[in-house]
Amino acid sequence: MTKPAPGSGLMFSGSDWNFRTLSHAYDVIEAVAKEELQLDVYPVQLEVISSEQMLDAYSSIGMPLMYRHWSFGKHFLHHELLYRKGGRGLAYELVINSNPCIVYLMEENTMALQALVTAHAAFGHNHFFKNNYLFQQWTDAGAILGYLDFAKSYIARCEERHGVAAVEAVLDAAHALMDQGVFRYRRPPKLSSDRQRDGLRERLDYEERSYNDLWRTVPRPTDGGKADEAEDMIAERKRALNLPEENLLYFLEKNSLILEPWQREILRIVRVIAQYFYPQRQTQVMNEGCATFVHYTVMNALFDQGRISEGAMLEILRNHANVVFQPAFDDPRFSGINPYALGLDMMQDIKRIATEPTAEDRDWFPEIAGKGDWRGILLDAWANHRDESFIRQHLSPALIRKWRLFLLSDAASDSFYSVASIHNERGYEQIRAAMAQKYDIGASHADIQIVDVDLLGQRHLRLQHKVNDGIALETASCDATLRHVQALWGYEVSLQGVDAQTGATLYERSSRQLAEQ
Amino acid sequence: MPIFIDRRLNPKDKSLGNRQRFLRRVRAELKRSVQDQIRAGKIAEADGEHAVSLPSRGTDEPSFREAKDSGRRQYVMPGNKHFAPGDRIAKPGQGGGSGSSPGLQPSEDDFRFVLSREEVLDLFFEDLELPDLVKLNLREIVAFKPRRAGYSASGSPTNISIARTMRNSHGRRIALRRPRREEVEAILRELAELEAAGAEAANGQRITALRAELDRLERRRRVIGFVDPVDIRFNRFEAQPQPNANAVMFCLMDVSGSMGEREKDLAKRFFVLLHLFLKRRYERTEIVFIRHTHTAQEVDEDTFFYSTQSGGTVVSTALEEMQRVIAQRYPSREWNIYAAQASDGDNLASDSERCLGLMDNEIMRLCQYFAYVEIIDERESEIFGSTDNGTSLWRAYLAVKDRWPNFDMSRIARASDIYPVFRQLFTRQPAKQRN
Repeated sequence: MTKPAPGSGLMFSGSDWNFRTLSHAYDVIEAVAKEELQLDVYPVQLEVISSEQMLDAYSSIGMPLMYRHWSFGKHFLHHELLYRKGGRGLAYELVINSNPCIVYLMEENTMALQALVTAHAAFGHNHFFKNNYLFQQWTDAGAILGYLDFAKSYIARCEERHGVAAVEAVLDAAHALMDQGVFRYRRPPKLSSDRQRDGLRERLDYEERSYNDLWRTVPRPTDGGKADEAEDMIAERKRALNLPEENLLYFLEKNSLILEPWQREILRIVRVIAQYFYPQRQTQVMNEGCATFVHYTVMNALFDQGRISEGAMLEILRNHANVVFQPAFDDPRFSGINPYALGLDMMQDIKRIATEPTAEDRDWFPEIAGKGDWRGILLDAWANHRDESFIRQHLSPALIRKWRLFLLSDAASDSFYSVASIHNERGYEQIRAAMAQKYDIGASHADIQIVDVDLLGQRHLRLQHKVNDGIALETASCDATLRHVQALWGYEVSLQGVDAQTGATLYERSSRQLAEQ
Repeated sequence: MPIFIDRRLNPKDKSLGNRQRFLRRVRAELKRSVQDQIRAGKIAEADGEHAVSLPSRGTDEPSFREAKDSGRRQYVMPGNKHFAPGDRIAKPGQGGGSGSSPGLQPSEDDFRFVLSREEVLDLFFEDLELPDLVKLNLREIVAFKPRRAGYSASGSPTNISIARTMRNSHGRRIALRRPRREEVEAILRELAELEAAGAEAANGQRITALRAELDRLERRRRVIGFVDPVDIRFNRFEAQPQPNANAVMFCLMDVSGSMGEREKDLAKRFFVLLHLFLKRRYERTEIVFIRHTHTAQEVDEDTFFYSTQSGGTVVSTALEEMQRVIAQRYPSREWNIYAAQASDGDNLASDSERCLGLMDNEIMRLCQYFAYVEIIDERESEIFGSTDNGTSLWRAYLAVKDRWPNFDMSRIARASDIYPVFRQLFTRQPAKQRN
């Protein structure tokens, strides 16, 4: 890669692209990204696809390989319809957190768009995937494609052996619990390598073959403590099973008494995929913000160097403006806060605070205001924050004023919303805290845990839902999910709603109750 | 330098398997939707793509979701214009004025998508419980036309290929050294010269030698035939299937007052089915709608199904009208003519005889297939069952049925009765191939 001297001619001209111009553009962008922003990225694999293939990719949650399930078909039909009707365009790109980092480019894009997308995905997202602590700790970019390949063929083999319907039943149940199938606090084990997986599979097979009923009749050594108090027993029991357990799929996989080994493996596959996506859901604003900031900075730098023509830059800016468009709350186009816009604005705000701070900024952000090294601050933020902590620490009063953010309180029992805070001195803290809370997945998902099960008695599995702020679960959906849990557990399952503050029991539903309905 | 991969030429429809799984899951709902559409739509459009909408029953993916309408929440919104802390905003839809009414918004569970032609037909046929065998039979019906296909060693004398036969003969004659006529003639000439010269000793010897040679040649010419049976080749012809490109379908229906909604619906289903079969078989199918009371007229589809006309019932008028249309527009040499007649069996007693005559003398000669369905009440079906007794038209047609193999009749009381008619049609089909 030769260093492009400033003003050494246009990177491309015209709107058509070919692989030579793509490659050249990649090299030029790489130089700027590494020099100007000090990005550190995985090697890149750029794949050109057509719109149909993009739709295919949409339907299997963006992964190039996926097992078969009807719900993906449903999503495909849904996306296809929206696309055909012109209701929604397709993304210009799709990027996969893997090593090498796979970036899909749409063939319909013009060359200017391809350059934009390369900067956005191949450098912005790629850098974020490689450096953010969540991705580093929770996902294994090198192994994911291999694992998906294994998952796909394993489930296909299960379908051949046990029938599509049986596999579908397990997958349905597992998908229903996907949100409750991640470790939020404990670090998950690394994906094992192919060889280890094969070893595990062999061991399971061997255990199945060599099962001997006689072992069951051997008397257990610990049969003495009959006089123990019941509470001790329960505590002991819970400790043995590691309860309470937030990862329902994990618990069912390990402890359900009725599942066949292949069913456990399917639960595990769903759980691993859910875990893989968990960091992405926690870093939406940061991830998109990082990518948008990178493409914006890189494209402007290239334009300043005279490597992008004015016409192409205009096209890039138009697309950029579309992406970061944030309508106000009363605009008919408003559909929530645009993570691209919020992320970009916050990062540009950090750059401003670092270089041209006001007195207010010095007051609020003493450790970064006026430091000048905005690159270092951003690189640090990209590496060490998720959305919640990033917003909690970096959403500045200036930005709250610029966006004219305000806080609405909504109680289901009232017939009105009330404005709790606006962009003024008293409101900044509250708005910032509420915004951060909104991006805290732990707080925005129902907190449901397995609290108790008596394996030697009735085998009644007890789930507990900690109800925050009186927010209940959708009844129909909750009942259906409970049935799925029951199908995986095989015995009675009950869900108890407990108020998180007072500890009072709010409701209780059990599978027996559902069966009677 | 990144790796580039061009995936555009990879096979499409990567998610076809997922789509099929989804369709299987919502089969019952889809079936209902498709049937409603076919009932309401035009016959000729029955086997197109259909956009169906599904309520999300059976397709929703449950999870532990939070209910939207409970608890206390906080929202952060951009774009404040004039709010101050403590302001109250009425919730939309609760008497708050500008709330949009729920009916106007596309409801979330209204899930629409497009089914392909194959998928529609599959769903539609499934309801009629047509066995797969019948579905497969749809593909045939062809006329055969001989086509040259090389040569064969056997065949009828009219098909002898002279050129090929003579070529074989020539080759064989060379190979076996059959003496040529010139050789024989040369010896004869020499003999004649020698004999004319007189009987000298030297000559006599030469003559004997020539005679012997001549004898040998003559014998050889006799043994090795000029044309031997092994030389003969015949032009070989193969019967090549020739799809008949055109078909016309006549829908005849009694529209007098006695035919109600139910009767028309059943008739329509029957017509739709027949049309689907024809459309699968022929490149071009046309439909002619003829309705009749005591007079008959050709009408368009809407009028056919949805407008009523009062009057008596004279079936022969419809047959005459059909005959007239055939003569005018559909010469039976170029068109495969199919007819389906639906009626409740009422007819003027004297007219049935006339129908019989018309059918025998004219119409059945022209038609590939004529199906008559009599739509009766469900209670009637228990009484009549499969007896031969029935209305006057039924009895008259029974006589037609005896004489013409390509005539079928059946009583239909409910949708599932339509199927046997088609079973008869398709089990009979192989014998009917035209040559």
